[in-house]
Amino acid sequence: MSETVPPPKKVEIQKNNLSFGQVLLVPSLAVLTGLIIGGIVIAISGASVIDAYGALFTGSFGSPTELIEGIRVLFSTGDHTVLVKAIYPFTESLVTATPYIFAGLSVALGFRCGLFNIGAEGQFFIGALCSAYVGYSIKGLPMIIHLPLALLGGALGGAVWGMIPGYLKARFGAHEVVNTIMMNWIAFRLSDWLLNGPMKASGFRPVTPNVQASAELPRFFADPLRFNWGFVLALVMAYVVYWFLFKTTLGFEVRSVGANPDAAKYAGMNIIKNFVMVMALAGGLAGLAGSAQVLGVDHWVGQGFSAGYGFDAIALALLGKSHPFGVVLAALLFGFLRSGATDMQSMAGIPIDIISIIQGLVIVFIAAPDIIRWLYRIRSIKTEETVLTRGWGK
Amino acid sequence: MTNVLELRGITKRFPGVLANDNISISLREGKILALLGENGAGKTTLMNILYGLYKPDEGQILVRGKEVNIQDPNDAIANGIGMVHQHFMLVPVMTVAENVMLGVEPTKNGVFLDKAKVANRIREISNQYGLEVDPASYIKDLPVGIQQRVEIIKVLYRQADILILDEPTAVLTPQEVDGLFKILQTLIDKGKSIIFITHKLKEVMHAADDITVIRLGKVVGSIDPKEATPEKLATMMVGRDVNLVVDKKPAKASESALVVNQLYVRDERQNPAVQGVSFEVRKGEVLGIAGVQGNGQTELVYALTGLLPIDSGTIQLLNEPLHNTSPRHILERGVAHIPEDRQRHGLILSFPIHDNMMLCTYYKNPFAKGISLQEKSIFSNAEELVKQYDVRTPNIYVNAGTLSGGNQQKVIVAREFSRPIELLIASQPTRGLDVGSIEYIHKQIIKKRDEGAGVIVVSSELDEILALSDRIAVMYKGQIMDILEASKVNKEHLGLLMAGIHPSETSTKN
Repeated sequence: MSETVPPPKKVEIQKNNLSFGQVLLVPSLAVLTGLIIGGIVIAISGASVIDAYGALFTGSFGSPTELIEGIRVLFSTGDHTVLVKAIYPFTESLVTATPYIFAGLSVALGFRCGLFNIGAEGQFFIGALCSAYVGYSIKGLPMIIHLPLALLGGALGGAVWGMIPGYLKARFGAHEVVNTIMMNWIAFRLSDWLLNGPMKASGFRPVTPNVQASAELPRFFADPLRFNWGFVLALVMAYVVYWFLFKTTLGFEVRSVGANPDAAKYAGMNIIKNFVMVMALAGGLAGLAGSAQVLGVDHWVGQGFSAGYGFDAIALALLGKSHPFGVVLAALLFGFLRSGATDMQSMAGIPIDIISIIQGLVIVFIAAPDIIRWLYRIRSIKTEETVLTRGWGK
Repeated sequence: MTNVLELRGITKRFPGVLANDNISISLREGKILALLGENGAGKTTLMNILYGLYKPDEGQILVRGKEVNIQDPNDAIANGIGMVHQHFMLVPVMTVAENVMLGVEPTKNGVFLDKAKVANRIREISNQYGLEVDPASYIKDLPVGIQQRVEIIKVLYRQADILILDEPTAVLTPQEVDGLFKILQTLIDKGKSIIFITHKLKEVMHAADDITVIRLGKVVGSIDPKEATPEKLATMMVGRDVNLVVDKKPAKASESALVVNQLYVRDERQNPAVQGVSFEVRKGEVLGIAGVQGNGQTELVYALTGLLPIDSGTIQLLNEPLHNTSPRHILERGVAHIPEDRQRHGLILSFPIHDNMMLCTYYKNPFAKGISLQEKSIFSNAEELVKQYDVRTPNIYVNAGTLSGGNQQKVIVAREFSRPIELLIASQPTRGLDVGSIEYIHKQIIKKRDEGAGVIVVSSELDEILALSDRIAVMYKGQIMDILEASKVNKEHLGLLMAGIHPSETSTKN
């Protein structure tokens, strides 16, 4: 005889703290949808979707067969060259993700205070130039002093570049969006001049001299692998920003000012001080993105050095919901996509721009999550929208 | 007499909440039906169903005896139902005529807006119903009471004959309330029918032909206004006996807590708002500041709490100057502030309750050691205050924005009362709250007074001023008209002062 088991009572509990899975659900589906639509575009353009995404995968993660082969060779002969070659794509993705993490943290920190830092690109340039200058001009220092000094130089340079619009906003009410954009142009033209003049290495190309070996971020493997301590530093900074925002009184102020400046003032917080501080810190983080790129990867700065990291950072901060850990995940995604795209272009003949389309789609879906909820019939979970920026003059 | 509108067995469920549970109400033609209930009782949900903003899970809507299917506001308007929302839906930088025609713009030659036609129609409506307003004036220049008229005209312009007014008196001054009631009377005289949503007891008895009380999503009962008393209505609304009079002993005022001398303050647009105000508050007494809203009370409070700079004059708390110091300095000297706009100043709605409970003291022991926040202390503080002040919330981790207005106010009261205070400034402390919460917050304010704090209560509700104050200052156009002993004044006297008239002057003139 079968026993009938009464169905368990369903209790609806209103929960505020969303689980990790709930938080990641929409962004993950946004990425998936972006890839699907990207695939359709590839198919329309007449190429093979499987070839294209296959190349994207091996270009960003490496080829599994090569990886197994590399391990086999290492164990049978002790020769690690094959394995190193196999992990090259994966490490390159992490290398690409590194400046994304720093710059994404910069924009996210600004958002948390209700500030829109469009100036990460300019701060990135200034940080890179400062680090390069400290890196090549000072000679004979041990690494334990020279490297931190070069990083500090970059962070300070970026901080100053961010602080200026912060101060202008605090003092005169000038909107940071306008001023950070203007600071970008100043940074671009300033770097043009520096690279063609005072900071130019001997030779024809407008580039700086190479930084001293003592100022380089050490690499984990021999050439050609460029994977270096910059990535670790980026992860550490993500944790520091998280700790700062959520575990300190200073971060509490920053978040209060961002969420409700009137209430922050009521509670005795100094709004102006927070604007200046956050813009300086955000500038410092973007500056470190430049530093990590110079000291860890390129070792010199040339024209067109940034490739838009500072602008992509805005998308990253949105994708990561202005949370430091979200930014890290978003930066890794962008790193893998960007890095894999190169292979996709060379091996499958798909233009690298398709990645920009996919990134663009992902951003659209993140900005308008209802599209994703509607597509996948997800019930919306009511949460407070993060305030990104406020209107003019506030 | 026929029922122009009937709702039968309306049920609406939201996840986890039964907002309307088998509600049936009927509106007689040419009458005013008052829908009375506390905040969160389900009144607004019911009206949103009627207006097509929500779909009911069960139930029928009958207009003039015929069942109708209302899918959206357009259907409601087509059935002659119009709604005046609590928060006005007006564009401030547009004129009255432009606002009225929004959505139903008449055109000349199919392209050009025919503003003259709208203006004429508005004048017709104005004359017919006694709703005087100039179609060419800009909304931003009009007082709140007139803005509400524009909302009513909007509804009439769309030819509604069933009007729903959601908390229409919440934003009005006593004089404007009287004006509104006159308008409502004219409207029914001309054959309109009105549903009037409110939680204010006295005006219901004054204005309504029928009263239906809703509690927790259910109809508790209907009552004839002639038989109703405030106590009866309050009991029906809250479900228990409510003490409408604040129990308080005579004040034991001691030495002076706050001295304000010749204070001048400008508002946020740099217009003079407070013009030469002087008064004193002693420890252990409540000074009520009465006045029609917008006569400088807000700016006075902002200046006292450091949110606005002062032009000239002095503010002294226990003989220490407070003027032109920072809000933080003022907080630390023991000034607690229940702000007029709780969602703008009082709370960060997107932050959990536990963070709001330490919003002003986050940098101090035990909430912080150095710059490191001490979560354990923050949580236990919130748990304790939620219990002590009876904040109704599932837990302390939900965002303040999810709480009802009354519970949000309790969070502010709990936070402000949990630190040592010398002076309490409570600005509109019970605006928009239900009877139960008002009773509670009034008790707490008197408790602080009896513990020896100086208290300033600013309110545009005369009943509240009279219930709480030991002395009453009346503000008019940035100045204090008079300061009176609360035991010796009556409403009429205060009303005249609020209108800027010294009663002695009128008596000499007569």
